[in-house]
This record gives sequence, structure tokens and C-alpha cells, in this order.
Amino acid sequence: MKTEAIPINRRQFLKSTGGVALFIGVSGIIPTIFSCENPKKIKGSPAAHKLTAWVQIMEDGQVIIYNPAAEMGQGSMTSLAAIFAEEMDADWSKVNVEFSPQESAIYGSEGWSGNAKIMLSAGSRVTKGYFPIMRRAGAQARYIMLYSASKKWQVPIDQLTVSNGYVLSKNDNKRSSFGNLVPDLLIPEDLPDFKEGPFKAPSEYQLIGKELPRKEIPEKVNGSALFTMDIKLPGEIYAVLERGNQHGAQPILENRDEIEAMDGVLQVKKLDYAIAVIATSLEQALKAKKGLNINWNNSPAEGFNSQEAYNRYEKILVDTGQKGRELTKIGETAKALRQAKKVYTANFKNDYVYHAQMEPLNSIVKVAEDGNSAEVWVGSQQGFDSKLGVPEVLGLEPEKVNIHLQYLGGGFGRRSMTDFVTECALLAKDFPGKPVKLMWTREDDLRYGAYRPLTLQHLKAGVDRNGTITSLEHYIVGDGGNLVASGIKNDHYNIPNQYALWKEVAEGIRLKHWRAVGHGPNKFAIECLLDDIASDLRKDPVALRRDLMKNSPRALATLNKAAAMAQWSTDRKPDRGRGVAFLERSGTLSTGICEISVDRNTGKISVHHFWSAHDAGLIIQPDNVKAQIEGGILMGISSVLTEQITIIDGKVQQSNFNDYQILRLEDAPESVETALIASTDSPQGVGESGTPLVACAIANAFSDLTGKTLRHLPFTRERVLEALKA
Amino acid sequence: MKTMTLNINNTEITIEANEDSMLLWVLREQLGLTGTKYSCGIGQCGSCTIHLDGNPIRSCSFPVSSLNKGQKITTIEGLSEDKLHPVQQAWIDAQAPQCGFCQSGQIMQAVALLDENPRPSRSEIRTYMNGNLCRCGTYMRIMEAIEKASEKMSQSS
Repeated sequence: MKTEAIPINRRQFLKSTGGVALFIGVSGIIPTIFSCENPKKIKGSPAAHKLTAWVQIMEDGQVIIYNPAAEMGQGSMTSLAAIFAEEMDADWSKVNVEFSPQESAIYGSEGWSGNAKIMLSAGSRVTKGYFPIMRRAGAQARYIMLYSASKKWQVPIDQLTVSNGYVLSKNDNKRSSFGNLVPDLLIPEDLPDFKEGPFKAPSEYQLIGKELPRKEIPEKVNGSALFTMDIKLPGEIYAVLERGNQHGAQPILENRDEIEAMDGVLQVKKLDYAIAVIATSLEQALKAKKGLNINWNNSPAEGFNSQEAYNRYEKILVDTGQKGRELTKIGETAKALRQAKKVYTANFKNDYVYHAQMEPLNSIVKVAEDGNSAEVWVGSQQGFDSKLGVPEVLGLEPEKVNIHLQYLGGGFGRRSMTDFVTECALLAKDFPGKPVKLMWTREDDLRYGAYRPLTLQHLKAGVDRNGTITSLEHYIVGDGGNLVASGIKNDHYNIPNQYALWKEVAEGIRLKHWRAVGHGPNKFAIECLLDDIASDLRKDPVALRRDLMKNSPRALATLNKAAAMAQWSTDRKPDRGRGVAFLERSGTLSTGICEISVDRNTGKISVHHFWSAHDAGLIIQPDNVKAQIEGGILMGISSVLTEQITIIDGKVQQSNFNDYQILRLEDAPESVETALIASTDSPQGVGESGTPLVACAIANAFSDLTGKTLRHLPFTRERVLEALKA
Repeated sequence: MKTMTLNINNTEITIEANEDSMLLWVLREQLGLTGTKYSCGIGQCGSCTIHLDGNPIRSCSFPVSSLNKGQKITTIEGLSEDKLHPVQQAWIDAQAPQCGFCQSGQIMQAVALLDENPRPSRSEIRTYMNGNLCRCGTYMRIMEAIEKASEKMSQSS
């Protein structure tokens, strides 16, 4: 029986395994090979020479490829390794994948902030960001295999090829597996850079675009996959925090003595926003947490009522004294609106939503006995600082903090925050030599969540005498900085005059990126207004979008494909409505169409079918991309129909899955069909493409069916009944 | 503290636990059976689903003191002895999991469903699985996997 599980890190793995490790780096760092027969040498080498390491080849033929990204269900453990193995021509059946160390100078990708290399699994950017890096490193690895065989056999390199883990010599029929070449591996002095290739042509792909089962799925079905919560280190102690339900409120503990006297309690500590309890067992810690008697001081959120905020926001919207920040300015909307034959306006609202990842936040930090270094075990989407803020908390140099990345039980943006890691480090500081596991309960996770912002949006569009949309103005009032801005642009619609303005408010509520960020609310507003216009002009909503996409053939291809899948031009079934939506997210273009029905007595919306088509550039793993989109659509349906965080006097009103309802299987659609447009352009992001399609598609289907409009997310039964009465 | 002997995955194990200890924490914290997950703690999400004499229960809300002598507990780790249970194989074939955190509970619930009702209709699947939440949105593949497993299991029996 399993009693404890200690993750094996790369160093330990090297020590315990025979053979030779081939470390191949990119970015100008010279690859080096060293033998594993002398463990001391190996232990010293990576540190001494600051090698990068993407691959390790064992004499038994095993190829270990390092994954620099988080694995939160999006399949990075397979897709990035597949890109590497494709260019290396490795035998996929012998490829194992492990997390790389969290060293951003070596394993980071660019494109986040100037030339800085960052390890961050967010914004659907893992495959997009690492595609050029992995194929280049793979091509270099392939070259080293060729070079080594060429030296061994004294055969010119251009007479050698690589296929499925073997180097072959064309003329004399010599062949050697990668594993057998291990003793003879040599690094060429002038290893080609491969920055611009040559790479395989897509027609030569053996792995990319094929149905590759995900590498980590078997351990996720037999219970052996370890999440941070499952790791038990020797001597582990447990921390919990009580944070209350008002963000930023300060605690006054009324019964410290009583709690300190409880069984197993090691420490009670006051933080600015919480009381921490550390105990020898998790159960004791949880019991003590329940016993805490805390009074809460007021916070900036005091007096804030989320449902009343909209009234205030409506005043801010028209208050010319509050300037706001321009997000888009193309052409002159004011002039176009003056010249328009008809102007359409509408307001849209969206309540806060919560991430609700199934694994509540948790982390483990062990500060060394001497306090001079620390280890961290965590399921993180990583961050701009790949050491997740721990060095600052502990007063250590970043290289003294070793992060052991674990599987994430869901991310959705929540695990790109590091609050649950830094507070664990702070608590672990008092217990050098002991691993401290910090557990958030579901209630902690929900009430002290960081939500997608609540916003009010006002849209105004002008249409000329030909029925052409000539201008679009988009005003947002909301909190959360750039979180409200994503998805505001309409680059694939030919609308010559566009303007967007954001007016900031501050409510003291914790906010964060939530799958697809601002795209959900913003595309909801834009796409619903388009259907309002179509309806008024007696135009078909798909036809209206076709006209708008006349300069964007890629967008149009997704629209036409989705319309064909949904048999858009055929008559509706009785009591069913259909709605369409289009958007761009992380470089992927997507059109979604849904079919719904509405129970007019209860106000319940049922989504029966969801069809969508996407141009995401080159597809690495088609089935996995479809899974991401399916999941994103289901999460979208969930958020659109039921999910709602409400706040009264600064206090979060929900606490767990009993009062924060996420989609259950009974309400999943009958079918979700996803099509991917063939493309050889570089891969784009897909993890967030499905989710933001849903609000607008459902709202448009509702209008199609009932002639009424839904303008406030989520579309709760009460709101649906209200809309039907309007 | 009370000393109890439990039958877990066909092995007799003696534990010491408080009367009010929930079975979930005994499994995870004392016995290292971490395939069973904590997610909500109030029996709302199904991530902690295990079998008690073949019936699915939410171990997060089941006090160990409610166990009767001789009752058999099965966790995901004990579902199959050497090779995968057909339901687990179907989960792989359908590539059902994403983050994977809820999937032990989903699989335990699905195995219980097929034990009770070897050829469930889609609507019976929906009803039986309704208590098991998945935030990644893998429900379409869960339904597909259960149907695949049902087909295979009825062919081989």
C-alpha cells in the first residue's frame, strides 16, 4: 500500500539511471554530453555549466523530453514533446515526458514582455509560444544523432537519415537506434543554429496532426497521478487560513488561547487578511479553523453591493467628467453615427464569476533547516517570476528556490496568481526543515476567489442607407484593468469606424483572468448587437456576418463551416432557436452556433447542440484540440446559465458548490461538434476559443426563438422569465 | 481515538481515528490512498466517490464511525488488480480526462452505474452521473466512455 509519494526530480532521476544524458540547449548555450556513470560529476555539471536541457537519451532507447509548461488538462505534456519528437524523429513509443525545472532564462518563451523569457501557461499561449522553441531544439537533437553516427561510422553526414528513433546509412545499410548511439554521442563544435530550420514539411509529419493519445491520461484514470494535494513529504505539517468573506478585511482573533490549546496545533498566526493555523495533521488544522472566533475589521469592499453597482455604473457611463481610457480608435465613429440612417444601442451586464477549478488551491513549501534555500511543490500556471514570488518572501536569491511543478487540478487563470504559494512560504518560514502544506478549503477558494470582473457595457452602432454597419462604439464600466479590455477589437469585421472606451471603477474585490478573460462579456455584447441589427434589417444573422467578413477569408471559412454543420439554412425545429457568434481569441478564429429550447414556465434554457468551426493554424493534436474546445464550450454554458457571485456589503454570498452552481451532466448538450479548418500556418491558441462563443450564441438563439433579448449574464431562470414577460 | 479494522481494496487494515473523522481523510492522510480527492467537502461534487459494498458513497461526508464491521471499501486504486477495469480502459479510449482531478470519482460512479444497470440509456447515464462535477467540461466524453464500456462489458459477459 502506498503510504507516501515523493516526486522524483531530474537530478535524482539522473543519479538512479544508467546511461548517458544528452543535454541540448537552444539560445546560444552549448550542448554538452556527460556520462551518468559518475553521479558526482553529473550532479555538479548542470549547475557548473548552466546547461539547458530539453532531452535525455538513455541506453535502453528511452527518450525523456522536458515540458516547460504547466499541465492543467490542456495536454502540454504531450503536445510540446510531440513537436520536439517530430523534428528529432524520435520513436514516440519510447518518449517519456517530465516537467522541466522552473528556470525561465532556459525554458521560457518570448512574446510576453519585450524579449524577456517567461514560463507562463496562460492566455492559450503554450503551444503557440513553444512551437518555434521545441521544433528548433528537436532539429538540433536530430542533428547531433546524425553527427555522432557519421563520426562513428566514418560516413558523410549527408548520407545519413533519421527515422523513428534510428539513424540509417543509405549506402551501406548500417542502422543504429538512438539508445545504441549513446556511448558514441558527440557534440559538433559548430552545431547549426536551426533558428530558421530547415524543419520538416507538414507533409512529412509523423506525429503532428495525428491522433496521439495523451501521455498522462493512463495515470489520471488509475488514481496514481499526483496533484500537489496528494504529495506527502516526510515530516509534513499542515496550514490552513481563515479569511472571512469580505476581501481585504482584517481579522481580530477572539479565542487564540483556546485554539492554541487544541490537539496538534503548532502555531496560530495573524496575517493582515487572515488567521493561520498550523497543525501536525490536516484534520487537526481543519478542526482548529472551524473553532476560530474572529471579528473582522472593515475593508475597502465594505458597503459594496454587486447588484446595485449597475445603477452607479450607468451614471458613470454618461458622466462626461469621468474620462476613461481609449481602447480602440479607428476612423471617426462620431461622424459616422451622425451620418447613419439608423443607430442601434444596447446595454449589457455581467455578474462576477468564479474559477471553480476542481482542486482547491494548495501548495507545499519546505525551507531548509539553515534557512538558506527552499523547495516548493505546486500546481501553478507559473508566472512572470518563475519562482512564484517565494524568493522575496523568504529573502533568498531566486536560484536558492527550487520549484517542483505538479499537475494542476484545473487552472482557468486562477493558478496564474501566486497568492496561495507566497502565503505558504510565509508560514513555512517559521518552520525551517519542515514541509508545510497549505490547504485552501472549497469555501476559502470560492469566497477568497479572484473573479472575472463585473461590467456594464454600452454599445452603439450606426448603419447606412444600404444596410451596412459603418460604426461601432463600445463603452465599458468596470474594475480590473486590462481584464475588461480583451475581446474589444473586431479586426475581422469590416466596420470602418470603431471606438472603445473603458471607465475604471474600484470596488476592492479581488479579480483575475478567467478563461478567455474579457472576451466572454465583450463578445457577448458585440455579437448580440449584431443580431439586433440583423433582426431589424430582416437580414439573416449569418448573412450579415458574411458581409462583414468580406476582407477576412479565414474568418469567413469558419462561419461557412459552422453554418454547414448546423444546417443553418434549413428550417428550425419547432420550439428550438438557433444563434450564431464569431470571435478571435489568441490568434484562433472561431464561429459557434447553438440550438436551444426554453421552458417558458420555469425559465430554464436547455442547450441541445453546439457546432463550432475554428481556424487555429497548424493543429498539433486534433483530438486534444477538440477536447479543449468541447470543454471550453461546456464551461461557457455553465457560466452563462447559472454561475453568479453576488456581493452584499462587501461580503461574498456564495460559499461552495451548493450555492455556486456549475454545469452538471444532466444539463450537458446532446452533441458538441467541432471542426478544425486545415492550415499550415503557425499554431494558435485554442484553450479559450470555445468559452466566449457561448453567451452570445445562446442569447442570439433565445432572440431567434422568442423575439426577446437577454442582456444580463448569467441567464438565470428569473432573468429568462423576466425577459419573456418584457 | 478509536482503533478500527477496515477492509479496503480487499486488505484488512487497522487504523486509529476519531469517531467524527471522515473516511476521505483516513484514506488520503492515513493510508496514502490519494486517488480519492477532496474538492468540496460537503458531498456536492463527487470527487471523493468510493464504493462501500459496491455502492458509491461520498467519502468526504461519511464518518468512519458509520462503517459497519465487514463492510468492503473500494477506492480507485483497488478497482482493478492487474489490468485496467474496462471502464478505465474506456476512459482512455475516449481520452476523457483533462485536468483529471475529478476523474477517479467519475470512474467510481460510472463503475457503480454499470454494475447496477449494465446497459444504461443516455438519460439514465445523465441522471446517475449528475452528482459528479467536472469543471474542465469532459461530460461529453464521459458519456461516450460509459457507453463504450457498457458495450464491451456486455460483449464479454
